[in-house]
Amino acid sequence: MPRVAFTRNLQRHVACPPCAVAGATVRESLEAAFALYPRLRGYVLDEHGELRFHMSIYVDGVPIADRKGLGDPVPEGAEIFVMQALSGG
Amino acid sequence: MSDQLLVSTRKGLFSARRQGKGAWALEEVFFLGDNVSLSMRDPRDGAWYAALDHGHFGAKLHRSRDRGATWEEVGVPAYPAPPEGHVEKDFLGREIPWRLIRFWCLTPGLASQPGLLWAGTLPGGLFWSEDWGATWQMVESLWNMPERRKWMGGGADAPGIHSVVVDPRDGHRVVVAVSSGGIWQTRDRGQTWTAHTKGMRADYAPPELVEAPESQDPHRLVQCPGQPDHWWVQHHNGIFRSTDDARSWTEVTDVQPSVFGFPVVVHPKDPDTAWFIPAIKDEKRIPVEGRVVVNRTRDGGRTFETLHRGLPQAWAYDLVYRHAMDLDGSGERLAFGSTTGSVWISENQGDDWLTLAEHLPPVHAVVFV
Repeated sequence: MPRVAFTRNLQRHVACPPCAVAGATVRESLEAAFALYPRLRGYVLDEHGELRFHMSIYVDGVPIADRKGLGDPVPEGAEIFVMQALSGG
Repeated sequence: MSDQLLVSTRKGLFSARRQGKGAWALEEVFFLGDNVSLSMRDPRDGAWYAALDHGHFGAKLHRSRDRGATWEEVGVPAYPAPPEGHVEKDFLGREIPWRLIRFWCLTPGLASQPGLLWAGTLPGGLFWSEDWGATWQMVESLWNMPERRKWMGGGADAPGIHSVVVDPRDGHRVVVAVSSGGIWQTRDRGQTWTAHTKGMRADYAPPELVEAPESQDPHRLVQCPGQPDHWWVQHHNGIFRSTDDARSWTEVTDVQPSVFGFPVVVHPKDPDTAWFIPAIKDEKRIPVEGRVVVNRTRDGGRTFETLHRGLPQAWAYDLVYRHAMDLDGSGERLAFGSTTGSVWISENQGDDWLTLAEHLPPVHAVVFV
């Protein structure tokens, strides 16, 4: 199962320790994480389900390509890391 | 009279309390480190609301029912998805996102409308909630109005609704002011809208658009609650007043040291008494001659007193944003905060000022609670 971890800066607003989730894409994996932490959704995604402009997601150290659809594949056992983009200052 | 003031800043929500006659002190801070756009006290149930702008994580809304002891996060407005392939552009051809950028105004409904809240936002969406902020609905009639497409950024890159006034005589009548995009009124709680800018002018616009409703950049709109036919606007172009229930506006000129500014507050019972904070316009946006002053009229704008006792009169460059001045319910106590982190309070309608703070983060808004 992929493992999703969130930047420590998010923990200040929503408790969201790393979790193992079922999912073959970034979207599926995040949806599984949001099922555990419902309030987290609005902090990571905007109202259209797209990644917020100043957020970034890495899969095994590689930034995702599909920031809108979140369709990037997630290999079994991958590490997904959700963090701020430095563009946000 | 109110003995407590909430100060919304770039780095937290600060609470100050009156310690005795002429003595106020900061006592608490909530959301330290977070960008607090504005706060509001709902007079119907005493709840406090704080709008946060996390930047990375988006705009959020928190509510406290115990005067700040505990806070809970409530819902935020969601913009609709644009039609497939639609790219929204403003009047100048710049892209406008259909996404919540920031809360810019939060207004409770009347006592007869429990749970009803109005939110003015960037980039120009008006929303209401009927459940104390748990869920929000966009007022689509305003968003879909063709004239809305002519709104432009003013004070921010995107247009925004900064004033939402619910008429105390009729909760279905709501008047909103937009920077930059005029003043719009509904009498049927948001089904239909009409412009209410007759008499206003925008010197900065191209000549043929000087009187167009969408050209007007009201910085702040207020209604006198006790005499609700009387309204004031601090406009980008100057000060305007209406005595016929916003049907028409009269420009107030010859105001020293400047007719430009952002905030305006009006006395709750006396519509002729209002306060403004003058600044050098457009190109500088600083106090005139480095002196922080407050202008008060008691005769409906015919004359103004420039109040300065207790305020810095040299080398001061405090700018006061449109929501950063408030008057308490008694009409006696005034407060304002600045972009350089100063806050001043008066207990006698501005005759004398005391310094509450000089080193806070930039102040976005103040409100007596």
